[in-house]
Amino acid sequence: MIRVNQRDMDFREGMTVKNLLEDLKYSFPNLIVRINGEYIPRESYEKTVIKDNDDISIIHPIAGG
Amino acid sequence: MDTTDRKDSVAKIKEAHRLLKRYEYTPQKIQRGYTNKTLYINISDNTIKSKDVPEEIKDKFTGGKGLGLWYLWNSVTKDTKWDDPENEIIISPGPVGGITQYPGAGKSLVVSLSPTTGSVMDSNVGGHFGPLMKFSGWDALEIQGKAKEDIIIYIDGNKGIVEIYEVPIGPVNSHILAEEVTEFFAESEEEKRNISVISAGEAAEHTLFGVLNFSFYDRRKKVQRLKQAGRGGIGTVFRNKKIKAIAVKYNGVKGDSNNPADIDTIRKLGLKLHKEIKEHDKDQCRMREIGTAHLVEIMDDYDLLPVHNFKYGSHEEAYKIDSKVLAKKVVQGSPDGCWHGCSMSCAKAVQDYELKTGPYKGHKVVVDGPEYETVAGVGSNCGIFDPDYIIECNFYCDTYGIDTISFGTTMAFLMECYENNILNKEITGGIELNFGNKDAAMEVLHQMAKGTGFGKIAGLGVRRIKNLLIEKYGADPKFLNDIGMEVKGLEYSQYVSKESLAQQGGYALANKGPQHDEAWLIFMDMVNNQIPTFEDKAEALHYFPIFRTWFGLNGLCKLPWNDIEPPDNHLTDEPAKVPEHVENYVQLFNSVTGKNIDKEEMILQSERVYNFQRVFNLKMGFGTREHDIPPYRSMGPVTEEEYLSRQERYDKQLKELVGVNPEKMSTAEKIEALREYKYKQYDKLVDAVYKRRGWNKNGIPTVELMKKLGMDFPEVIKLIEEHSSE
Repeated sequence: MIRVNQRDMDFREGMTVKNLLEDLKYSFPNLIVRINGEYIPRESYEKTVIKDNDDISIIHPIAGG
Repeated sequence: MDTTDRKDSVAKIKEAHRLLKRYEYTPQKIQRGYTNKTLYINISDNTIKSKDVPEEIKDKFTGGKGLGLWYLWNSVTKDTKWDDPENEIIISPGPVGGITQYPGAGKSLVVSLSPTTGSVMDSNVGGHFGPLMKFSGWDALEIQGKAKEDIIIYIDGNKGIVEIYEVPIGPVNSHILAEEVTEFFAESEEEKRNISVISAGEAAEHTLFGVLNFSFYDRRKKVQRLKQAGRGGIGTVFRNKKIKAIAVKYNGVKGDSNNPADIDTIRKLGLKLHKEIKEHDKDQCRMREIGTAHLVEIMDDYDLLPVHNFKYGSHEEAYKIDSKVLAKKVVQGSPDGCWHGCSMSCAKAVQDYELKTGPYKGHKVVVDGPEYETVAGVGSNCGIFDPDYIIECNFYCDTYGIDTISFGTTMAFLMECYENNILNKEITGGIELNFGNKDAAMEVLHQMAKGTGFGKIAGLGVRRIKNLLIEKYGADPKFLNDIGMEVKGLEYSQYVSKESLAQQGGYALANKGPQHDEAWLIFMDMVNNQIPTFEDKAEALHYFPIFRTWFGLNGLCKLPWNDIEPPDNHLTDEPAKVPEHVENYVQLFNSVTGKNIDKEEMILQSERVYNFQRVFNLKMGFGTREHDIPPYRSMGPVTEEEYLSRQERYDKQLKELVGVNPEKMSTAEKIEALREYKYKQYDKLVDAVYKRRGWNKNGIPTVELMKKLGMDFPEVIKLIEEHSSE
């Protein structure tokens, strides 16, 4: 189990940040991703592997419209 | 229309026009963003005069929408209706408006009593009119009265002349009228760039949601492009007053025309943002490439794109109208802003589009947009996934003077009524208004322009159509009130808010009605889960609407605030606020006006006007809790098909949030249980928001709050006291 934005999600062995964003259909171009508080730059999404019990925050920094 | 035809038509207008009044003035030199003068015109008796803008009023209302609200407040009584001569149209750009160094600084704010809501309406718009009017010597233009015949108002900012002409002949539709009015007043081809025209087309006469088109001359395409003050039917007020056009001509726009206190700081701020846009826009929102239409596929991915009258948030055919498709239709390759110096350049145009329907069938035209709201409104929300239809509909809505948002939401509502046999061919005059029927939607649009057939009903907007169908055709009021997407009489803009309680409030609590320009909190709430408690949501529903009000006080566009972000924005405490850009705005205001505000005072400037507008609603008979309630379609599934389309999600909500077991419940029972829960949640949210805003439980700002804000005008206090004792 992992936590994404304080909600439980199933963990899948080997899943990367890129996989997670695809699963969630998070296509907004300007995301702020942190795993256990550590900022993950966009160029590292593909190679960053998520571990079981990780606490992940994916912020869409937009409050506009 | 080719050039020869246009010159012939203009020649005929020149022959037929009659000067009703000329007023000469000495244009005021702008002092730190203000001319300190307002141009008042009463078109009933052709009074034209200059009014001072006192320091006290600038301190309380800043400018732009604030000035508009103040003038309107003093012109109408609680009994004034939108089509009374006392109602005004006020146009003001605000003190920062007109600078050319910082992106997004050419907005005009328009204020009037609305035909659709019956209360005060504000709408913001690009184009060159506001800045050119200010450089001509006027902080605001205040128009009152009603003309007997069609008139054109003309301001020549170099010569210091204001004229009113009676113009009994000639076109009304904006794509022709704007060109002809430009031709009429330009003394040379070169001069056309110095002219901006406001107009509204023939549908603005026959519907209640008419827009105002504000033009800016595109030197490359040699055409007047059109931007819209779209919400709430101010175009309908304009035509009801028999105003055909308002034109301003000013030659000599320079970087320092606004005469700011500190131009060097403005330049530095602008350069920093230009660099940000240049380097990062292509990886962020692609505003330079496709403008707001980049949102189509994003909203579809997040189940937020309205489909079939907001029943659903995505559709398998959405890819047919997404930004990749639209990018191939619009003219590419050069900056395309609606005011000088805007490197965000989100304005887009389809060039040489050959019209397939209507009175201009076969004509090749320039079509501005389409914006996200238009794509979603006239497209997906009506179940129409045809980009050419969207472009054609966009063109006709603009030239006829119809708000694409209200048109889309109204048409989607009508289609759902048709599919539920509430409407039938007998009522529609044979038009089959099923979802996806683009020919039918287009036919109704052309009828709206002429004020004929079913177009007369469609042009009333959702609230009045609901009442008509209930009273005349015996429709079920509960169902219609559930699916009719309006609050306060204004149609919803194009986001599905079912899964975001904060956005349900963002829409339904908005002063003028459900327009997203007060608060767009869906990502913060539904996706990021950053505002989980009622207090968190209330804080967001306090800060963001108040903050965003500030753009409208200053003639600024919201887009450069957060549709481009500094690369290190993620390191800040509150990235959703984009703190660096907020600081830019504080410095920008200070650099123009020479004042010394900080970000707290910036919020106070907005809070004054925001609460004044709430009390203005109260004055007009609204502005209390009963007017802040959303239709259930904006909160949850109304119909069984809607519930079943996302059954897993809703069953989970019943289990985890409502605390009931859905397994033994019928779909109808599940819908009812969810509905009861969601309205209770909404009630709690409203309590929290009112408390945070300093309002009483009925949504009325308290006397203490208005005193604290310095907005304790005697009439305001009397009004609050009268209503608070009820």
